[in-house]
Amino acid sequence: MKTLSKTLIARAALATAALAAGAVHAGEVEVLHWWTSGGEAKAASALKATLQGQGHTWKDFAVAGGGGDNAMTVLKSRVVSGNAPAAAQIKGPALQEWAAEGVLANIDGVAKAEKWDSVLPPVVANVMKYKGNYIAAPVNVHRVNWLWTSNEAFKKAGAKVPTNWDEFFVAAEKLKKAGLIAVAHGGQNWQDFTTFESVALGVGGADFYKKALVQLDEASLTGATMTKVLDTFKKVKGYTDKNAPGRDWNLATAMVIKGEAGMQLMGDWAKGEFQAAGKKPGADFGCSAAPGTAKSFTFNVDSFAMFKLKNDANIKAQNDLAAAIMSPAFQETFNLNKGSIPVRLGMDLAKFDDCAKLSAKDFVDTAKSGSLVPSVAHGMAIPSAAAGAIQDVVSQFWNDDKMSTKDAQAKIAAAAKTK
Amino acid sequence: MSSKHRTPVDWLPRIVVAPSFIISLLFIYGLMAWNGYLSMSASRILPNYEFVGLQQYTALLESDRFRVAMTNMGIFGVLFIGGAMAIGVLLAILLDQKVRAEGVLRTVYLYPMAVSMIVTGTAWKWMLNPGLGLEHLMRQWGFESFTFDWLVRGETAIYCIVIAGVWQSAGFVMALFLAGLRGIDESIIKAAQVDGASLPRIYWSIILPSLRPVFFSTLMVVAHLAIKSFDLVMALTAGGPGYATDLPATFMYATAFTRGQIGVGAASATVMLATVAAIVVPYLYSELRTKR
Repeated sequence: MKTLSKTLIARAALATAALAAGAVHAGEVEVLHWWTSGGEAKAASALKATLQGQGHTWKDFAVAGGGGDNAMTVLKSRVVSGNAPAAAQIKGPALQEWAAEGVLANIDGVAKAEKWDSVLPPVVANVMKYKGNYIAAPVNVHRVNWLWTSNEAFKKAGAKVPTNWDEFFVAAEKLKKAGLIAVAHGGQNWQDFTTFESVALGVGGADFYKKALVQLDEASLTGATMTKVLDTFKKVKGYTDKNAPGRDWNLATAMVIKGEAGMQLMGDWAKGEFQAAGKKPGADFGCSAAPGTAKSFTFNVDSFAMFKLKNDANIKAQNDLAAAIMSPAFQETFNLNKGSIPVRLGMDLAKFDDCAKLSAKDFVDTAKSGSLVPSVAHGMAIPSAAAGAIQDVVSQFWNDDKMSTKDAQAKIAAAAKTK
Repeated sequence: MSSKHRTPVDWLPRIVVAPSFIISLLFIYGLMAWNGYLSMSASRILPNYEFVGLQQYTALLESDRFRVAMTNMGIFGVLFIGGAMAIGVLLAILLDQKVRAEGVLRTVYLYPMAVSMIVTGTAWKWMLNPGLGLEHLMRQWGFESFTFDWLVRGETAIYCIVIAGVWQSAGFVMALFLAGLRGIDESIIKAAQVDGASLPRIYWSIILPSLRPVFFSTLMVVAHLAIKSFDLVMALTAGGPGYATDLPATFMYATAFTRGQIGVGAASATVMLATVAAIVVPYLYSELRTKR
């Protein structure tokens, strides 16, 4: 009895102390991100308001441009000089690379309190962990294997939205005959690979994808399925226009919006472009899984890595930030603005559109069936050095008509060994 | 004894020069040395000082992309330097013929230099794109078979970078040579004319040889522009299609800053430094020797 009351008193004292610490010594949280445009900026300010509501000071550390390349350069110099921000937008295996440098904090405390293990699919949770401890908080999920189609163009050509690669080429042929550009493509390294991984997933299936492009298994990379994938991939090029090299993805999307082109293989951020142009899903444009990938899902998850901090109040603020990122309210606001879907399972999706609902349903289903796979083009699957080297070869194969499939395969297998 | 009673005049110059000397020692040569060390370390996303010898250089030389970058450097370097010099000299000679409105023409040719490489790159990207620029325009004018698609073909895209680069720098070369031409003594030319030499002959045998110092300093400036070219490529092709137009500078940026291979990036930077040194050192050597 005596011991029990003692513990109770001790606990109460601790709790009061914690409360007092929270109220009096509110921390400062500095967040490095590159959400500086339209909807994203709105989403970031929602996070800021949440943190300020808890009494913390928000120090914005936004570095615009370059899809985060600029931000990474700034971040490196900050970390090297021993002055890391509380959190930074880092994703995929890059998280492991940063953690291996010993600069990331263990946030298992928050993760346990908020039951992250039960609200995140294990594949995603594993990306957020280093040696079994959470080091980052996920924000959203983008599905990469989408096929965007123009209803107008398909009607004109009398084509049917394809569900596998054979149908894809039938539809592409019809679109071409109707005088349209069949496939809108932007010839940039990552866009080439976005197309490539959708082909790999559609032709080879999720197991092949995982073996070849995630585990980088040499036998799979040099095998017959890979040959078929590369041949199919190269065949897609025949249906793109010759002005594609260097084109930005949103300009390619604009071609589909205007009905000049029939299809585009691109992640769900393309939806924002359609909506900004006043187009409605279903009525004006179609969103479907890339051919042959209806039962699989390539994910691109944005996340915030948490850096080691010294000041206790700031650590408290950092933990509150991590909890806020995973809270249902923030997940909803942010993803409505960004066009992605919440990473947290079991949320109410009433406010989301049909494309997002389909995406969320497939996310849950594929998480169960094991065909939820990380995107290579978006730095989710393999370390940046190897991913970059493989992307180089795939882009070169796409652009260089003299490179044979066999050469490409050998070069990809060699690139996979890059460390 | 005498050293204790130095006048301020003795040590003042040293003190005045010391800060800039120390700063350049630290931030130019110091950082070069640091980069040299990084190129032999196991650095990945952050600098790491574990020594691995020449491993990064081996990785670099085995890389297909770096080979393409070095080949492109050769093509781009020769054509860009040659093109800018040839066109610049030609323009300078033509402008030197006491033409009307020379001031206006000179400004027109020099103006590209005032534009940043990013702007040059972006503008040429639009002009050379078959669907937007020259090819599109010519076809609209009725030349249906006109084709100019160098920019979108891997084998020829590097020549587009040469075109944009020459456009940007030729005017600068022209200005330097024009200044040189103006410095030549008129009486030499008059004497040659009296001897019956033709105008091309006078330029070729008398004027251009006497511009040798101008030629070398221009070469220095243009050559280093070529080796450090980065922004032009980024704006015009971003290294594409594929990596067909990669240059060592863009390769270095990609490996060191976006792919977490600081070691390989540092190694490629060292190779670039060696390339620059290969040009600058013999030049300095010959210049300093002739002065003596």
